[in-house]
Amino acid sequence: MKIIVTATAPELEATVDPRFGRGAYFVVVDTETMRWQAHANQGVNAAGGAGSQAAQFAAQQGVAAIISGDFGPNAYIALAAAEIKMYLLGASKTVQAAVTSFAAGELAQVSAPTGAGHHGGRGA
Amino acid sequence: MKIAVASGKGGTGKTTVATSLALSLAMGAPGQSVPLPPVFLDCDVEGPNAHLFLAPVFERRQDVVIQIPRVDAAKCTACGKCAEVCQYHAIVVLGKRTLVFSQLCHGCGSCTLVCPEGAISEEPHAIGVLEAGTAARGIPFARGVLDVGEPMATPAIRQLKQWAIPADGPEGRVLILDAPPGTSCPVVEAVRGADYLLLVTEPTPFGLHDLRLAAEVAAELRIPVGVIINRDGIGDAAVDAFCAAAGLPILLRIPFERAIAEGVAQGRTLVEIQPEYASRFRAMAQQIVEQAGL
Repeated sequence: MKIIVTATAPELEATVDPRFGRGAYFVVVDTETMRWQAHANQGVNAAGGAGSQAAQFAAQQGVAAIISGDFGPNAYIALAAAEIKMYLLGASKTVQAAVTSFAAGELAQVSAPTGAGHHGGRGA
Repeated sequence: MKIAVASGKGGTGKTTVATSLALSLAMGAPGQSVPLPPVFLDCDVEGPNAHLFLAPVFERRQDVVIQIPRVDAAKCTACGKCAEVCQYHAIVVLGKRTLVFSQLCHGCGSCTLVCPEGAISEEPHAIGVLEAGTAARGIPFARGVLDVGEPMATPAIRQLKQWAIPADGPEGRVLILDAPPGTSCPVVEAVRGADYLLLVTEPTPFGLHDLRLAAEVAAELRIPVGVIINRDGIGDAAVDAFCAAAGLPILLRIPFERAIAEGVAQGRTLVEIQPEYASRFRAMAQQIVEQAGL
């Protein structure tokens, strides 16, 4: 299964980034093979629409789940529409640790936006 | 003649300056005609407050409407062209679904234009209201008020200017544009097209930091700038040094005085609190008009 973990650097050992739309990097990991690839988040400095942009990227990558610390209203609605599951980082410190905890079923799934949103964040 | 009043930093005294400038021009010098009658536009659509000082009576109203895309799911092939063209990520394609985030939409119409299936139609979405009327001393006054929760100030400011300014400009009058704080899109929209930009600042590190940014915006827009230092006497001399180095004239200094602060807090304008400012504002406007060659 392909998943995304938001990270502060483009590495498997990188510290996680608690923000989804504004996270520095998306590390795409295949949980079966542990092959991974990091992508810089193009929406880091976007004036608005970072959440919807990030969700679009996740959908294009064909991931089944995302692990991050915060999902705003726009991101939540877009990811839910794309049927991408959202999980919270919990105590995970690194991308690797988050993937391990996810595989062990230890991460909490999100079923509502976790933040009030930022610029233009009232959802569709 | 269009004079915009902006600041970068919020709370430096934009509205204090803009409203007193308007009143000073409307009064005219004692015993003389009014050579530069003002028109006032409150462009801070997220927090308009000039009405507190100029007490307008509104006679005309119009909704601020932007066109939001609606996607016909039966026609949409999820090709993604709309999402590609959207600068604001207001329309996204997720698998087979196309979603519209109306709060992010600027109503530019690009998605409708590029859709090869003709699957996108547009529907009006009101985000605020424009109001116009007459204020103190007969000053024509207009403002925009963005609805609470709407994040898009820029279209409201654009429509306010289109609605309230005649196509041939404010003929024979001085249009005063009271801009929002900051240096981002809403400020650019408010000051765009102005003949002159008054930047109100305070002599503090925050004031200087944002003055620098605001001056860069003005340079980018090629609008001549003059600086007004409010709360003069506090802070340090760094704003003076910056203005000298950047070649920005300091047109007026308003001292940090309790009487002024108390008066403004009671809803009185600077020229009502200290009437001697009226002639200073008129002289400043005259200087700007001459400098701008208008």
